[in-house]
Amino acid sequence: MVDVTVLFFARSRELSGTSEARISLQPGSTTKTLMQQLLSQYPQLEELQGNFVFSLNQEYLGVDEEQQLKSGDEVAVIPPISGG
Amino acid sequence: MSGEKELGQLREQNARLQAEVERLKAAVAGPGQQGAQAAAANGAAAPDGAAGSFPAWDGLRHGLSKDQIARYSRQIVLHSFGVQAQARLCRGSVLIVGAGGLGSPAALYLAAAGVGRIGVVDKDSVELSNIHRQIIHRRAPHPPGGLLALGPVGVHKAVSAAEACRALNSSIQVETHLEGLTPANAVHLVRQYDVVVDASDNAPTRYLIRRATLHRVHAVVLCWLHCMRLDACCAVGRPLVSGAAIGTDGQLTVYCHGHDGPCYRCLFPEAPAAGNCARCVDAGVLGVVPGGRAAGVQALEAVKLLSGVGDPLSRRLLVVDCAAGRFHSVKLRAKSANCVACSTHPSITAASVAAYDYAAFTGQAATNDAAPAPLQLIAAEERITPAELQQRLASEPGCVLLDVRPAEQYNVCHLPGAQAALLWPHSGAPSMPPSGGQGGGGGTAGASRPPAHPPLYVVCRRGNDSQRAVARLRELGMAHAVDVVGGMEAWAHEVDPGFPTY
Repeated sequence: MVDVTVLFFARSRELSGTSEARISLQPGSTTKTLMQQLLSQYPQLEELQGNFVFSLNQEYLGVDEEQQLKSGDEVAVIPPISGG
Repeated sequence: MSGEKELGQLREQNARLQAEVERLKAAVAGPGQQGAQAAAANGAAAPDGAAGSFPAWDGLRHGLSKDQIARYSRQIVLHSFGVQAQARLCRGSVLIVGAGGLGSPAALYLAAAGVGRIGVVDKDSVELSNIHRQIIHRRAPHPPGGLLALGPVGVHKAVSAAEACRALNSSIQVETHLEGLTPANAVHLVRQYDVVVDASDNAPTRYLIRRATLHRVHAVVLCWLHCMRLDACCAVGRPLVSGAAIGTDGQLTVYCHGHDGPCYRCLFPEAPAAGNCARCVDAGVLGVVPGGRAAGVQALEAVKLLSGVGDPLSRRLLVVDCAAGRFHSVKLRAKSANCVACSTHPSITAASVAAYDYAAFTGQAATNDAAPAPLQLIAAEERITPAELQQRLASEPGCVLLDVRPAEQYNVCHLPGAQAALLWPHSGAPSMPPSGGQGGGGGTAGASRPPAHPPLYVVCRRGNDSQRAVARLRELGMAHAVDVVGGMEAWAHEVDPGFPTY
């Protein structure tokens, strides 16, 4: 299994109800697989309608970018925010 | 387009060189005049040594007066900063877009730090609900009954902010731009300043600014005002210090700095769906978050850019989770070769910003802390006024009153008997209350037998969400569901002035 840490920020934290989660994925999983897993585990995240970006090990991932995941990876869910 | 940009840059370079020539001329003419010249350039009084012939205190030609040296001494003696960095700060200029939760503390810090010229852009006036985070607005209240009995409430934000900055540091120049940042004026305004601080509360403006500063990115805020600012900054080559804060979260970065820094559009080519950029007025914001965790960083980044000290927060996005006390720094990509705003062949340029439809791009109007416009989503006969609701609550024992506001708002205040029924998520139906009969706003249940379908009324904060709820309930077969026009705000205005608004 591939065990990754997911950090939730802003609205994604409110929707998931947690700021951090450990997610176990099948070997060979990618960030897209992770997204499907997150949506099944936290269906409330549907509200974001894809309006967020992932960072993988503190590096920004493009909206359509897919990366292979390995155990120990840290993925952050970062929705855009506005306000001041 | 690039020709126009180049022309603008050459003009600015020319202006800087002319200023330098004037300074050198004054230096040649004599130390006394040089001091006076430098002081005039910084808007300060003549230094104490102006009349004397003892120029040793300006041996490095930094141009700072004795008063300025005393005022900024703690950062001047800082090893990594020094007198030349301070002199650059005093000659520098910053445009602050928005005098709200971010712009307020940023303006105060930049004024205190000695930025020579500060422009404040805001078209709104101060409201009571602003002051818990917008700490620059502090005009003393006049005696009760006077026009200004409420202190800063009602005063133009830009004017109020400028007053506070001048009170803090009278040696700097503060300019106000009361019309707000618009596609028509963005490029013109941005061009007049060295650095732009994006401290506004909506996405369309963010894109606009970026365009005007033209060289960098931000995965942060997608409202059209942000877009506009970014576009404006891209277009005229000004670094944009971008910040956003809501709830207990903040996001910060510097766009359009250096040759490879991305812009907002590089990170978010598509604007988020309308309504996906929560605003303070809807989602709430803990007062200290914008200033304490975002605006301070913005002011610091502006100081670094102007003084040339340190490494700007470019190509990095700082994500702050104040609830967990967590700072997360994300490395950003270099700017996209295909970006419509900041690539070598941009389709959005200084000339086209004025005509770009940012509201259409982001699907929302450039409103700040204002209420959303009232919508008419369902038929008029499916709605009643607050006054009619009052009559029906009294005359229809057993009616059901659903309040579809979020729990936080329901807990602030609700009508007697109103049942909380969450509307969220957007696509869902309101959660139904127990079978009718015991709801009824203050009616005397039991006087008569409840009908099979007790009357069903739906309220929200302002009357938009309640229409969505009624539409959904009718889809589900509850054809007797009725909306209350204007929601609890209208109730407060038309029926019960004592009912709290927020």
